[in-house]
Amino acid sequence: MLGWIDTIVQGVLLGGLYALYATGLSVIFGIMRLVNLAHGDLIVLGAFLILVLSTNGINIVLAAAIVAPIMFALGYALQSLVLNRTLGRDVLPPLLITFGLSIILQNALLELFSADSRRLHVGALDAASLALGGGIAIGIMPLLCFLTAIAVIVALNLLFFHTALGRAFRATSDDAETAQLMGIDNRAIYAIAMGIAFFVCALAGVFLGARANFDPSIGPARLIYAFEAVIIGGLGSLWGTLAGGIVVGLAQTIGAQINPEWQILAGHVAFLGVLVVRPRGLFPRAAD
Amino acid sequence: MDVGVDVSAAPSPAPRFVVRTTTRLSSLGTMAAAGLVAALVVLPAFADRRLVQDLFFVLTMLVLAQSWNLLAGYAGLLSVGQQAFVGLGGYALFGLTTMAGVDPALAVVLSGLIAGVVAVPTAFIVFRLQGAYFAIGTWVVAETMRLVLAQVKQLGGGTGTSLPPAVTSAMVGLDGVRRLFDVRGSAARDVLAYWMALTLAVLTMGAIYTLLRSRRGLALAAIRDSELAAESCGVNAFRTKFFVYVMTAILTGSAGALIYLQKARISPDAAFSLLDWTADVIVIVVIGGIGTLEGPILGVLMFYALQTYFAATGTWYLMLLGGLAIAMMLFAPRGLWGLWSERFDVEVFALRRTLLTSAAPDQDPGARTDEKP
Repeated sequence: MLGWIDTIVQGVLLGGLYALYATGLSVIFGIMRLVNLAHGDLIVLGAFLILVLSTNGINIVLAAAIVAPIMFALGYALQSLVLNRTLGRDVLPPLLITFGLSIILQNALLELFSADSRRLHVGALDAASLALGGGIAIGIMPLLCFLTAIAVIVALNLLFFHTALGRAFRATSDDAETAQLMGIDNRAIYAIAMGIAFFVCALAGVFLGARANFDPSIGPARLIYAFEAVIIGGLGSLWGTLAGGIVVGLAQTIGAQINPEWQILAGHVAFLGVLVVRPRGLFPRAAD
Repeated sequence: MDVGVDVSAAPSPAPRFVVRTTTRLSSLGTMAAAGLVAALVVLPAFADRRLVQDLFFVLTMLVLAQSWNLLAGYAGLLSVGQQAFVGLGGYALFGLTTMAGVDPALAVVLSGLIAGVVAVPTAFIVFRLQGAYFAIGTWVVAETMRLVLAQVKQLGGGTGTSLPPAVTSAMVGLDGVRRLFDVRGSAARDVLAYWMALTLAVLTMGAIYTLLRSRRGLALAAIRDSELAAESCGVNAFRTKFFVYVMTAILTGSAGALIYLQKARISPDAAFSLLDWTADVIVIVVIGGIGTLEGPILGVLMFYALQTYFAATGTWYLMLLGGLAIAMMLFAPRGLWGLWSERFDVEVFALRRTLLTSAAPDQDPGARTDEKP
């Protein structure tokens, strides 16, 4: 019984990590109906950039604070220089461009950093844990990760619902053409949204690297978990995305508890199950 | 020659509408294609084994590319999970030959059908997602199949398995080929696999061409242009897309079975590889020209050249492919064939329906017209 409670606690915490992966994906889909197939590779890129800084003696937190704005700039540039050229009804060009980007990123990272497994070390925090009594302990890093996910969602919701920029985001999401008539430059809005998604990728990169080993090839799997979290949660709701991440995390830890080989499979099965039973996700908001 | 029908009941002064479906060039193209296929059939008599093997690769990739092209370019179903059916076809072949003792040639056909059967429930799940989300949904399905097959210990589990020599050397017709060309068993197997790939490629092209020329093809084009408008004209978009999805699963599954019959070794990671069976295929179609039948043929030849010259550079080669996909989408979204045909207005496989108001029985005397007002 205790084993199961522990499994559930760990699953929820893992869900926090997946929600962090998924938040950027959820934001750009919500605003521009676009899926960035390089999303997972960008998280890995964030982790590698932080690794480079931290091996040069820079503290992880400071490194993340440096890398996140850089990632924002990269996202802004990608959208305004490349993806904005392909805006339109057809989803094929942006999808294939990000697919090409994914292949390029994976192989560039492989060329630069080799296929070796890496890890971000956070000193004493690496193995620190908080005893909850009854033999259950939760790791400090997983807990920090979960709290970061919540903080990111709260911050983004404040941005979306309490600022002029957020109003522009929502207006563009609802109807880009009418928003343009009201004087909103939708291309700039898209670029900022992509920048935000990249920014969150850098934060996710910290926990990707600190919680487990990473190498250049693991990006696509992160994209899939993030995607599952977004769809399970329901399009257009960041809290839904968190719930979706928790569902995937729980399914994976429970699957692994039954048979270690079933971890990933259980996550996929949970996703397909939700798709069959509730095709619009658990907490749908956007009507599309 | 001109069999256009009179649409209006009134006699002659009213304009007559006829639908033209062939051009002189496309009639020539059909003859050239028939000649090419005939040449390819007798090719093993002259070519060395290496060329036969390379052509096997080109032909199987062509089948995968045409299937993906039909799916994404004509039906708007952007799948990045076609490796699901390659892997499924490959595993079905291994299962049928090693466990049930089916002849490999028959097993290729059955494996394609099995892939088609599996595509039915799969379609009901992934069709719940739209556009870009459909893409990743198909990918999840492929990953699920990979992980499930890795659990099947009889087929080698996660590490994979090999086809026993008894299976590959017992193929129907192998002895005949050996005597015909006076070659050893392994070379004869290459020739047989090559012929099967050629058959599959011709069948694929023929099936897609026939589909696109049929009522369903017209429905597909209508859905591509505007799903809403097509539905309001009575086109059942779901049924049309469903048909295409299952049809491409059968073709892709057969190609997968054939590829793994020739490789004689299978593992879940290789058989369900996103890079080998979907990324490469997408690059082929995008270079050649998505939404045309000629494009993937051009694309597969370009891809073969790229692979021959650059594959040894490993990561740089893959970055080149990624860069090519991006560049094509930005600067030539309709591919090389698209650029070419836009400029010169040529079409080898006649798929367009041109509406003519023919007061005079005119223009292209070589043209055939259908009785479709």
